[in-house]
Formats: sequence, C-alpha cells, structure tokens
Amino acid sequence: MNKIYVGLIFGALLGAVDGGTAWFYPEARPMIAGILMGSTFKGLLVGVLCGWFARKVQSIAWGIALGAGLGLLFAFLVAYMGAENGQHYYLQIMMPGFVLGAITGFLTQRLGVQGQKHAKANSF
Amino acid sequence: MNDSTLDHLRTVADLPDLTGTRYEIESEIGRGGLGVVYAALDSELGRRVAIKVLDSTDEARVIANLEHPAIVPVYDAGTLPDGRAFYAMKLVDGIRLDHYAVKHRSVSESLHVIERIGEALAFAHSRGVLHRDLKPQNVMIGSFGEVYVMDWGIAGVAGTPRFQSPEQERGARSEVDQRSDVYALGALLAFTLPENAPRALKAVAAKAMRAKPDGRYASVSAMLLDLRRFEDGLAVDAFPESVWQKSWRFASRNRVLLALLAAYVLVRVALYFFRKF
Repeated sequence: MNKIYVGLIFGALLGAVDGGTAWFYPEARPMIAGILMGSTFKGLLVGVLCGWFARKVQSIAWGIALGAGLGLLFAFLVAYMGAENGQHYYLQIMMPGFVLGAITGFLTQRLGVQGQKHAKANSF
Repeated sequence: MNDSTLDHLRTVADLPDLTGTRYEIESEIGRGGLGVVYAALDSELGRRVAIKVLDSTDEARVIANLEHPAIVPVYDAGTLPDGRAFYAMKLVDGIRLDHYAVKHRSVSESLHVIERIGEALAFAHSRGVLHRDLKPQNVMIGSFGEVYVMDWGIAGVAGTPRFQSPEQERGARSEVDQRSDVYALGALLAFTLPENAPRALKAVAAKAMRAKPDGRYASVSAMLLDLRRFEDGLAVDAFPESVWQKSWRFASRNRVLLALLAAYVLVRVALYFFRKF
C-alpha cells in the first residue's frame, strides 16, 4: 500500500475517533454527526498530505513536524468557523488536532511503500 | 655444526618439495588433521599464497566449486613430485576466531562473525557440501573484518570435541547431515557470546546444540533467520516469551507512537476535566 493510502486511511480513522470523543461532552452531542464528518474529513486531508510528503522525504522527525503543523492548521480553520452556538473552541479543537496530526505524520513515515523515484533520505 | 643450524636443516627438510611448480615455500603456518598449510610465494604473479599439502585433491575440488565471500578462494591445485596433492589458496591476513574472540567479545561482534559463517555454511549446504569440523581454529577474521571458513571436511566423520555433534561423537556417519553443522555453529555462537548476552541469543545457541538433531534448527538458514529476528527486535523462535515480555518488546519498538498516543489521551483527559474552568 502506498503512503498516500496509508495517510488517507489512518487520517480518516483518527479523525473519526477524535470526532467521536465529542460524545463525552453533553453540550456537543446534538452536533455529533457534523462533528464526526468534519473531523473525519479533516483527518483525511491531513493524512493525504502527510502521505504525499512521506513519498518524497523519508524522515520521521519531519513527518511528525509536518503532520503536527497541518493538524494544527486545519484544526484552527475548523475552530475559526465556529460552532452552531457561535462559540469558537480553539483549544479543544486545535490541541487534539495538533497531536493527531503528529500521529498521522508518524504513521505515514513508518508504514506504506516509499515512492520509487523521489525518495530522499533526510535526517532532522 | 651448532644446534640452530641443525634445527634449520630439520625445518627445511620437512618442507614439501615444490619443484616444477611456480611456488616457493616460505614457512609453515598451520597443521590440521587432513594436511599442513604453508605460506608461499607465487613467483609468476608475485603474490603470497597459502599452500595446503594433503593426500588428495578432493578437498581442493570441493572448495574450488564453492565460490562465496566467506570461503577461501582456491587458485591452483596439483601434485608434488613425492605424489602428495597440494592446492594454493588465498593467504588470509588475519587471526583465528579463538584469538579474535579474546578481545572482541560483544554481542554485535559475535553476531557479525556467526552470520558470516552461517551464510557460508548455508551456501555450501545448498551445494550438497557439509563442513563437519567447524571450530574457532577453522575460522579466520581478516584485517578488514571479513570472515573466512577454512578446512572443509570431505571424508569420514570428523569434528572436534565441544564443537562436535553427538552423532559425530558416536561415529554415526549415516546420521551426520547439515544439522551437525548447525550444532557446531550453535557451539561457535555460545563460544563467542559474552557472559551477559541476552537470554534470547543463549536460547538460539542452546536450540542449535540440542542433543537430538530433530530438536535443532532444521537448517543453518533457519538459525540465521532467528538471529536476524533478534537483531530486528522481534521475538526469536528459540525463546518463548511471556505476555509481559512481548508487551515490553512491543513498547520498546514503538516508543514514539506510544508517546504520541499517550500525549493525545493526556490532552483529551485534560480538556475534559478542565472544561468547566
């Protein structure tokens, strides 16, 4: 399986799990369907981008850094849009997004098959 | 005539007559059960070689057909004026494994040597050739760290106590097969490992040295696979692990992932408990 697929699958899975944790917040339960879909899509995007990067650059450290950065960025965009109640939950969305992005970046570096032409080993 | 002159004459008299060959004997460098090894000069190519003198060229034919980086290459073979056979091979600039192991007794050095020996054995076995007399004295470590397996046995049931399988000790020729070489390789592994070596490696050596051939690794390749699994941080077949040991090894191999997952859980728990503040 190539790294983009790895990123897609694990990114979506981790995003879904992250979105599912909203069930533990009673105030968020009415919006859980939207939260789940949005979180899954966000994770999928981060995963695809991390997977594409991992095909070009072989470095666990850079993979984690990029994943964390992308996770933080997309989480910020979601938090900026605001919830249905008009609130912006920057901390609650960005912090988990940052860590999950790091995990996705790590998994795309560790798993999957490297691209053949463009693989370049790097050390951080 | 003084004693030193007499000693020199005796030494020269014992040297084989290489008249008619292109080799000039320099000195004796080793003596084994099947022959004597001398350092010599190849006068045509101007390089030093090792000459082994024995009763027949069968051993030379066996080794000459085993082209492998860890098997000493044979350059030439022939018959001496006195009817004995000889063959010329690469003169290895290095030390025997028994001397090497005195100063190089670490797990990584042991594995490096054993794996090179194992690869040569596996290759020879694939060509239907057994060694039968593997021991530290028959392994040379070159100056660049290269490993050579020497003295391939070709007749009878040879072997040296401690590195000799039980079936060789009993003289049971029909039972000697590649697992006898597995036994010897296990004995070499046990010989080269430091005392504080991991239990998994000691278990690999013990499995290779089981009294009954059926209990050992079926082949040298199977033993090498277990050694490589150890190097990759995986469980080895020879050492059954408890659930705790398996979990510990999984955690050791996946430290980064577990740390990231722990960080996520920590963040989630912290956000949950502090959401009211």
